[in-house]
Amino acid sequence: MQTHKAKRVEITIEKIMQSRLSDALMKADVHGFTILPVYGGSGRSGLWDRTGQVGRAEGMVQFICIVREERLDALLTAAFKVVEKHIGVVNITDCEVLRAERF
Amino acid sequence: MGEILTLAANNLLSPIVLCFALGVSAALARSDLSVPEAAAKALSIYLLFAIGFKGGVSVAAHGVDLTLGLSLVAGVILSALLPLIAFALLRALSGLDRLNAAAVAGHYGSISIVTFVAATSVLESSGIAAEGYMVAVAAAMEAPAILSALWLISRGESGRMDASLWREILLNGSIVLLVGAFFIGMITGEEGLAEISSFVVAPFKGVLCLFLLDMGLVAGRGLAKGGKLLGAGSIAFGVLMPPIGAAFGLLAGLVLGLSLGGTVLLMTLSASASYIAVPAAMRVALPEANPSIYLTLSLGVTFPFNLVLGIPLYLAVASFVFGA
Repeated sequence: MQTHKAKRVEITIEKIMQSRLSDALMKADVHGFTILPVYGGSGRSGLWDRTGQVGRAEGMVQFICIVREERLDALLTAAFKVVEKHIGVVNITDCEVLRAERF
Repeated sequence: MGEILTLAANNLLSPIVLCFALGVSAALARSDLSVPEAAAKALSIYLLFAIGFKGGVSVAAHGVDLTLGLSLVAGVILSALLPLIAFALLRALSGLDRLNAAAVAGHYGSISIVTFVAATSVLESSGIAAEGYMVAVAAAMEAPAILSALWLISRGESGRMDASLWREILLNGSIVLLVGAFFIGMITGEEGLAEISSFVVAPFKGVLCLFLLDMGLVAGRGLAKGGKLLGAGSIAFGVLMPPIGAAFGLLAGLVLGLSLGGTVLLMTLSASASYIAVPAAMRVALPEANPSIYLTLSLGVTFPFNLVLGIPLYLAVASFVFGA
């Protein structure tokens, strides 16, 4: 089957920043992304999980965006403005998709 | 002194405090006991609705007067002023840097609605009435502290607050529900309360017990995880600041001419520290500040202190001042 090269960007960020990152991506003309809840993990502050969190200040979400390579820079520039000072991870991997016209 | 000890002992053995203690103990013992996220959310929605509604009904029964407006203004002033005192005290007692001290200070001007709910429950158990509009005062005290904290750190530098953050603070779900239920109670009055009293009055304390069990679990986990970050000075601040805030609340209550119950609630509001609205605002506006410090202090130190010792202390002091 014919596949097409693309870039998969995963942005794990504080839940409180979810709407701001969504808005920034939309403004950068990145309209296709998925947001997943993060159950828990470990970072510089140690282990954490979603159980029993009392406010919106805690918790993380993960954005998954798949874009064509030429649109990667615009996406990262928009995302960086939002995530720069916040807890989180941004990573980029190569991937392949079936329907290139959707990205 | 004897009265304070009796009140504290009664409070310690109340189902509300014992449920909280169970939660803390279970968390510290690393039990897998947990309240499902959605259930905890539902419990908090119930409590906010019930407390707002009953406050509105009380205002409908007693009417609106000038004291209501003045109490709102006093609430805003207290909320804006207390972070400045908290900041100075925290800097004197602990080695926290300006940024983290300002972030913590913001929490101590804002309020904990659960502490407020617990105080209303103690007043009801003691047969002491309070002004129903204290619910509105609680809502008014949420946000000004955030501005004070940001002022402390930026001193005129703009850019920390944006329009969406303003909207999130002023229209956060808790405030909308509390104020909305207050107005529904005010509009429907005693008749409205009679229609739903079996839902908002009878189960209230039982629901509060379950909610505080969950809060105990959260506080215990927070202490286990973040306790190491807090020095003795910070912990001392978490215990000393509530009575200082309560003293300002007492003064304001006396100046406003509030009832004994209203004054105790204003003292409790001034003594409590936010762990929902302010942490969220601080994560956006001051992302460099360490959330483990301010969350552990407000939820792991000050909230249990107020719940177990603070509320009976404020009631006893206010009773003494009022000669009740």
